[in-house]
Amino acid sequence: MSPKATVSEGRRSERKLGWWLCAPAAIVMLAVTGWPIVYSVLLSLQRYDLRFPGRKAWIGLENYGTVLTSSFWWTAFGVTLLITVVSVLIELVLGMAIAVVMYRTLLGRGLVRTVVLIPYGIVTVAAAYGWKYAWTPGTGWLAGLLPDGSAPLTQHWPAIFIIILAEVWKTTPFMALLLMAGLALVPEDALKAASMDGASAWQRFRMITLPLMKPAIVSALLFRILDAFRIFDNIYVLTNGASDTSSVSVIAYHNLIGGLNLGIGSTMSVLIFLAVAIIAFAFVKGLGASAPGQGTGGRR
Amino acid sequence: MAGGGGRTARWSVINLVVLLYALIPVAWIASLSFKDPSSITDGSFWPRKWTWSNYTGIFHNDDFVRGLINSIGIGLISTVIAIVIGTMAAYAIARLEFPGKTAMLGMSLLIAMFPQISLVTPLFQIERSLGLFDTWPGLILPYITFALPLTIYTLSTFFQEIPWDLEKAAKMDGATPFQAFRMVIAPLATPGVVTTAILAFIVCWNDFLFAISLTSSSRARTAPATISFFTGSSQFEDPTGSIAAAAIVITVPIVLFVLLFQRRIVSGLTSGAVKG
Repeated sequence: MSPKATVSEGRRSERKLGWWLCAPAAIVMLAVTGWPIVYSVLLSLQRYDLRFPGRKAWIGLENYGTVLTSSFWWTAFGVTLLITVVSVLIELVLGMAIAVVMYRTLLGRGLVRTVVLIPYGIVTVAAAYGWKYAWTPGTGWLAGLLPDGSAPLTQHWPAIFIIILAEVWKTTPFMALLLMAGLALVPEDALKAASMDGASAWQRFRMITLPLMKPAIVSALLFRILDAFRIFDNIYVLTNGASDTSSVSVIAYHNLIGGLNLGIGSTMSVLIFLAVAIIAFAFVKGLGASAPGQGTGGRR
Repeated sequence: MAGGGGRTARWSVINLVVLLYALIPVAWIASLSFKDPSSITDGSFWPRKWTWSNYTGIFHNDDFVRGLINSIGIGLISTVIAIVIGTMAAYAIARLEFPGKTAMLGMSLLIAMFPQISLVTPLFQIERSLGLFDTWPGLILPYITFALPLTIYTLSTFFQEIPWDLEKAAKMDGATPFQAFRMVIAPLATPGVVTTAILAFIVCWNDFLFAISLTSSSRARTAPATISFFTGSSQFEDPTGSIAAAAIVITVPIVLFVLLFQRRIVSGLTSGAVKG
């Protein structure tokens, strides 16, 4: 065997191993989403209302025209963006603080870490009922703090505030857990050396910890932004979209399941997906994030 | 370090703030679940009249008990499968050069981004034609699928930070790539895998949209979906107490799960191999 053949032999076995290791995950993901995704797109090109099955027809992009000229859609879109941006910003700051506490605290470390996981562990729907009852006049302890006669969940801005509160409370621990995993990767020696050189805690955090944590931060942010944009459960329980608090997922659900309008519902779903894709693309380009496996550090 | 007393006091306060952040809303739901129906609308944080009746009520509710069993079974099976196949893929992505790697990552990202809402209708119709509708596999399949991107991304980030020279050394000593993976890298990666498993289980346990859309009876309907169907024991009864009790009950398995793996997470993330 020539040396060249030996090299390609090793490459080929690495290639094969890579494919074998990826195959099960790839097959499951393709099987469960591939056809449904195509089917969603196909549905969005049809007039297809289960209440009027006889009127089913291919209508091209007409559904897209209908949705994109609807003020309901744009209101929901604005609400979704607002909730996403505000929630994720608060979560990042709060999550980083909690991650540092979980990682650095001198006492009760196990307790803090366990307890902090509870909000994330609670089913969103269950926590949302908690917030709903807390703000329900008469029943709730938080509603009791407000002036008499206020019903925050029935007013636009108070309801948005409560939705963001519920979202932030629930998902900050997720952020904190991922960020703490990043903190664990920061070498203690570098921090000690910087400390000896007179760097303050804040300087050490900003100059050493943050840059080293960048992969963890980027991955946590990316997942949370994409997730927050799809917000559904909290709004479904808290207001069910009343007083213009629908997110895009909630109005898509109401068109799909409530209204049985498969065409319009799927159109909204496709538009939500496109919006999310654009956000993700901008995010990855803007922050210069590298996908795992493509960073320079990942190569042998 | 100097100033032990002051530091302890400071950390006590900080810890207390964090604990209160996490616990107050939970305490509120718990308190609500112990309130007597007559006092449930009194608006007080703590119950004035304690009762277990909300709990005995929901555990005499066959649908809820069944929903709990469904949630645990479906969640555990989905997590195990997602972690096994996700770890394999993440290792390949972090460590191996092969064509199709970018496509694999792209597909994961696509699925992580894909709004579940738009899979609901097609899956509903496809699962009915395959006989998967309202069955455990009918929920396990989408749960694995949506747990996988998180698993693959989180783990491949972890895997990149592992000291790979050890793997090279193992290979120099004659280990095959698979042996290097199993005997050197897998133990180093365990902390990341455990953390990811918890996240994956919570993803499955938390799902509401699929649970409510791909089931039609208590045969496969998970606990969160069951709760949203609570109407109270009679049509004149407010379900607030029952919903609060059920919310507490479905929180308990997660707390147990986290407690069970707590030591692994702590020792794994704070010391040892990952830090190098």
